[in-house]
Amino acid sequence: MTLLKLENVHTYYGHIHALKGISLEVNKGEVVTLIGANGAGKSTTLRSISGLARPRSGKIIFDGTLLNNLPPHKITRMGIGHVPEGRRIFPELTVRENLEMGAFTVPRRELAERMEYAFMLFPRIKERLNQLGGTLSGGEQQMLAMARGLVLNPRILLLDEPSMGLAPVLVDQVFEAIERLHAQGTTILLVEQNARMALQVADRGYVLQSGQIVMADTAKALQNSEVVRKAYLGEE
Amino acid sequence: MTAVPNLASALSRSRLLNGAAEWFLQYFLKPIGQILLFAVIAGSSISLLALAVGFVLQTDWHGIDILRVPARINLFEQVVRQLPNMLLDGITIGFVYAVIALGYTMVYGVLKFINFAHSEIFMMGAVVGYEVMIRLRDGQLLSELPPLVVIILMIGAAMLVCGAAAVVVERVAYKPLRGAPRLVPLISAIGVSFFLTDFVRAFQALNRNIFNMPYPTDLVPFFGARINIAEGLSTTNTTLIIIISAIIMLVGLNYFVNATKIGKAIRAVSQDQATASLMGINVNLMITITFMVGGALGGAAGVLYGLKTTNVTPYIGFIPGLKAFTAAVLGGIGNITGAVLGGLLLGMLEAFFSALLPYFPALGLGYSDIFAFAVLILVLLFRPTGLLGKKVDEKV
Repeated sequence: MTLLKLENVHTYYGHIHALKGISLEVNKGEVVTLIGANGAGKSTTLRSISGLARPRSGKIIFDGTLLNNLPPHKITRMGIGHVPEGRRIFPELTVRENLEMGAFTVPRRELAERMEYAFMLFPRIKERLNQLGGTLSGGEQQMLAMARGLVLNPRILLLDEPSMGLAPVLVDQVFEAIERLHAQGTTILLVEQNARMALQVADRGYVLQSGQIVMADTAKALQNSEVVRKAYLGEE
Repeated sequence: MTAVPNLASALSRSRLLNGAAEWFLQYFLKPIGQILLFAVIAGSSISLLALAVGFVLQTDWHGIDILRVPARINLFEQVVRQLPNMLLDGITIGFVYAVIALGYTMVYGVLKFINFAHSEIFMMGAVVGYEVMIRLRDGQLLSELPPLVVIILMIGAAMLVCGAAAVVVERVAYKPLRGAPRLVPLISAIGVSFFLTDFVRAFQALNRNIFNMPYPTDLVPFFGARINIAEGLSTTNTTLIIIISAIIMLVGLNYFVNATKIGKAIRAVSQDQATASLMGINVNLMITITFMVGGALGGAAGVLYGLKTTNVTPYIGFIPGLKAFTAAVLGGIGNITGAVLGGLLLGMLEAFFSALLPYFPALGLGYSDIFAFAVLILVLLFRPTGLLGKKVDEKV
């Protein structure tokens, strides 16, 4: 079942034509990854879905609803959790308050249960509850950003560069968490520069190049493709 | 075996009590303690300054004494004698500045924009207070009702009207300019400020054919009744009402911002609007609520100011507004705690110079404003982030 569908989406930043007709699909329960170089339009694709960037033409359909003209907070309320690039933790809010903001749309009685779920995935967060978000280390901030996206119990999670700037051991932890979420049936659209790791956890992948999709296939096929291996996996 | 459930229920009850105690400590005792600490800090630093100035300038001034008779005065003696009254005066006006400053600082926090029309919202609060008092007087209720009820009615009405007015101003004059260069909404704010002044003037001219709106406080003896605090130090009930009301509002705001879901969302919006919207927070609604709360506080401060000075005109907003803005900058604009500290410091400084200036025949009380604005210039020159402000991070 198709949960999220983009049809020929064009997005501009001022005069810059960032997305030149992106079409893609994410089915329920899938992990789909977008890989590509810097500036290929990966983040812009996610920002167009969650309403932070306005597509000029094309359609973004989530579960039968057209998202194009909805403001970001309404898109979030439909069950789209976006963990933005660079984590974007609220630095002057405590970890607990950050999580409460993530669960802004969640009814009060479900809050404790959602928080427990996040702690189960990221136990480190629980030890830091009363610390300010800005005082966490990079890895902890990434865990918190993902937990903050998960407490709202999203129907799809958009992850933007979750491994950026993290030490290898922390990158492994992040991808472990993604695998666990996948096993539990969470639908994920993953944007990554670390194409090798991304293709290992994903079911399917799209390759973006200057605002266009140049390849779309199963993750396994992409891993074996000559072009991807040379361009994105750094193999000779 | 019945002891076990009893123990469990006793435990859970004590946890509940602990929770309540913690809550009381966190949102009641702690902020009050902080406010008092700030009052002590401001009071002692300004006292030191006053004593130092008095000491340096003590010898043989050709000044005038209290009866405005030329005399040789010893400034140090005068300062020492006047210090307690000066501090009390400073605290009173300082709290008024602090409450106004919160409106500037909260709006700056979420929009990075200085709402120069806030001074006129404050003025409208004073006018609403006047209207309530006059209507009560005309209905023969002013001296009948308990004074506390009168105060609550005045402040309540001012908060409602000014909160609503601030929201309308935001909708009409600022929201359409979101995304415009930063200078544009600033100019719009100045325009709104002039508009509101003349609107109130025209309204009162048509309504009552008056310009001055003196509060009929003499009809409520309670307001003017003096209380002796110590030998040589007495004050009026009005002063106490101002201080207590301001503390209640500061504590209430602290609770709102730190303990409620909406308050936390406002803080989230002030830190990162885009990410806040990804959390499902309606950013525009939070901005509206910020204006409403800031406007309501400004209106309440207007009533307190009116009670203190008892003479209200459509032009009273400008100077206190600018001083409250100075207080906000002094404390660190965007920082709520800083606004309180800045307000108290500025109030004390002003009280000190107001007490000192009359001794110099060439000068007079009118010059006391110089010092407040000199503080503004010095802060902007040497510590633009204010006392409690942090370095502004470059947004990536």
